[in-house]
Amino acid sequence: MSSTVITAAPTGAADDRVKGGRRRFAAFLPYLQSLPLWLVMGVFLLIPIATIVAVSFWDDQEYALVPTFILDNYRDALSSRVTWDTYLSTIRYAVIVWAATLAIGFTVAYFLAFHVRSTLWQMVLFQLCAIPFLTSNIIRMISWIPFLGRNGLINQTLIDLHLTDHPLEFLLFSPFAVVLAFVHLYTLFMVVPIFNTMMRIDRALVEAARDAGAGPLSVLRHVIVPLSLPGMSIGTIFVVTLVMGDFVTVQMMSGGQSASVGLLMKNEISLLQYPSAAAHAVVLLVTVLLMVWAILRVVDIRKEL
Amino acid sequence: MKTTNGMTRRGVLKSAAAAVGGAAIGSGAITGFPTIWAQNIKNITLRQMGTGVSNLNDVAEKCKQDTGITLQMTALDSDAVTQRAITQPNSYDIADIEYWICKKVYPRNVLQPMDTKKLKYFDQIVPIFTTGKLTPESHIAQGTAPHTVGFVEGQSSTKFAKAPTEWFTLVPTIYNADTLGIRPDLVGRPITSWKDLADPAFKGKASILNIPSIGIMDAAMCSEALGLATYGDKGNMTRAEIDKTMAVMTDLKKQGQFRAFWKSFDESVNLMVSGEVVIQSMWSPAVAAVRSKGIACTYQPLKEGYRSWGGGLGLARHLKGIERDAAYEYINWYLSGWVGAYLNRQGYYSAVLSTAKAHMEPYEWAFWMEGKPAEKDIMSPQGKLMEKAGTVRDGGSFYDRMGHVACWNSVMDQDKYMVSKWNEFIAA
Repeated sequence: MSSTVITAAPTGAADDRVKGGRRRFAAFLPYLQSLPLWLVMGVFLLIPIATIVAVSFWDDQEYALVPTFILDNYRDALSSRVTWDTYLSTIRYAVIVWAATLAIGFTVAYFLAFHVRSTLWQMVLFQLCAIPFLTSNIIRMISWIPFLGRNGLINQTLIDLHLTDHPLEFLLFSPFAVVLAFVHLYTLFMVVPIFNTMMRIDRALVEAARDAGAGPLSVLRHVIVPLSLPGMSIGTIFVVTLVMGDFVTVQMMSGGQSASVGLLMKNEISLLQYPSAAAHAVVLLVTVLLMVWAILRVVDIRKEL
Repeated sequence: MKTTNGMTRRGVLKSAAAAVGGAAIGSGAITGFPTIWAQNIKNITLRQMGTGVSNLNDVAEKCKQDTGITLQMTALDSDAVTQRAITQPNSYDIADIEYWICKKVYPRNVLQPMDTKKLKYFDQIVPIFTTGKLTPESHIAQGTAPHTVGFVEGQSSTKFAKAPTEWFTLVPTIYNADTLGIRPDLVGRPITSWKDLADPAFKGKASILNIPSIGIMDAAMCSEALGLATYGDKGNMTRAEIDKTMAVMTDLKKQGQFRAFWKSFDESVNLMVSGEVVIQSMWSPAVAAVRSKGIACTYQPLKEGYRSWGGGLGLARHLKGIERDAAYEYINWYLSGWVGAYLNRQGYYSAVLSTAKAHMEPYEWAFWMEGKPAEKDIMSPQGKLMEKAGTVRDGGSFYDRMGHVACWNSVMDQDKYMVSKWNEFIAA
């Protein structure tokens, strides 16, 4: 039918049609070009998340998953006091670790960007920060244990110096140890983006502020901090999401005495209760996305960059 | 339909295994010629998955040497084994599982019982696994005692029999009696009871294991010894009993009694070696590992008795024909002594004592099984020094240890409730 229409039509119209087709193809081309990305995102992100969401509504009965639609998993997860306590303690870890890594990360980045004058030294020192991160993070975590233990290096030293007569127990298998390990593990995730944004700050702005009579502190407050905000918020997103999703650091450094959301899920998975673990995963995902959304509300990263 | 499906899948797995392992001759011969089984057993590959003896590659090597049967071992933790046994019954031929796992798995009809007449050493199996009584006088311990899940009513039945029948669910492989491990140099006084775990003298220096189904038992042994709780059956607690036990433990935790909760073998070793902990739940190889570092560690017998565990080999329901024959052959070989001696030398116990004894030196037997002082240095199967001459095994002889079992590892009817309570305790 359509072919008859084309043959019957005048040649000029057919030409237009071909051109129109090309134009349409040209408009379609960017979508085609982004197809690989869509495929990768689809296969490795969207489908898995959709599966988790779907399973979170399933029922499990004695090792068998029953595909159905029930809200029990969510009701159980949200009505349990353990869940709330666990979220509270995980969020507490996230806030403390965030504050500590931000303070340390900002200081280190500031020093690298504004106090180290030669680019060579900047790079050397920056690499130096990164070197420990070439080892496995579990190794970096475990190495704290003999250091902080009851008969560990710190306690031995404190006792030898007569600063204390009995070993400090809070150093290991405690919330302190968990926070310490987190800060050690994740500070680099703060340093890198902050350093990156600081390097882009136009030095003329600093000079202009000085010429206008600003002291070092007000340069920091009114010029550098506002311009480093995007880096800080990117670092914040990294640190917060990493801490919220962790299970192994909390388990090892608290000696199994502290709970975290990740650990809660891991326990459920080991009992083969996949639907309730999936429900917890969805709740965690929503919580973290809300936190990221809140961070982006404070700083519009896209605009700032 | 199901069988065909399974067979095809097996075929695929087999040829894959053959391509890798070079056992290609066998796979061709399996289907066609059922009459010449005996010769073909030599070329069979059996897929064994499990927790206990599946970790021992030495056993697979020796089995290949002696019987020609190739064992493909897959070692998993107990949760994963349970899941795989139930959800992928065609992915294994032999399941190496603990008795409490058997209680969960067997009713799902994924395993088949063994004909006791085909088990050469059935009559010599330690009676714990058949009648439940080590000696005629012993009384039966609480929990999932092996004999309660040891037999089913018929070949196609999945119902556990009350008394021994011809149909045996698991052939026992490895078992032991667990208790508390202590640092004798640091506890400063004799330890005699499970309640010592809660002694304020060891505040901040005690630990229990954070595996709910086992941890709850140690917690119950301790609560009962303290006089704070009583139980009808520690292996199958009521909700009220679980609440009571967890309340006692939560109080102890809040008072700072525990230094840590351990989840893996190496964690328990490190806690003990570093002196972070001086008294804790332990497994016997962990005690040996602490000692091998030159640090004193005692696997302390306690007056309330031991918490015991055991595992065995079960046949997958899909096994038949020549492969089932090979599986019987393997199990008969298993009980014929070499493996038994190997396990006994590691401080575990084996199911058939007479054959194991024949494969051990008299001084080894005297040390491990009779509780006598070692005449010579005691070596592990790998030739590593385990105990110096003159030492005596903690807890003494086989009959002293296995005769004082208070409770077997178990699965409770209120399992889910117990686990949620345990998570609350950890989060508290």
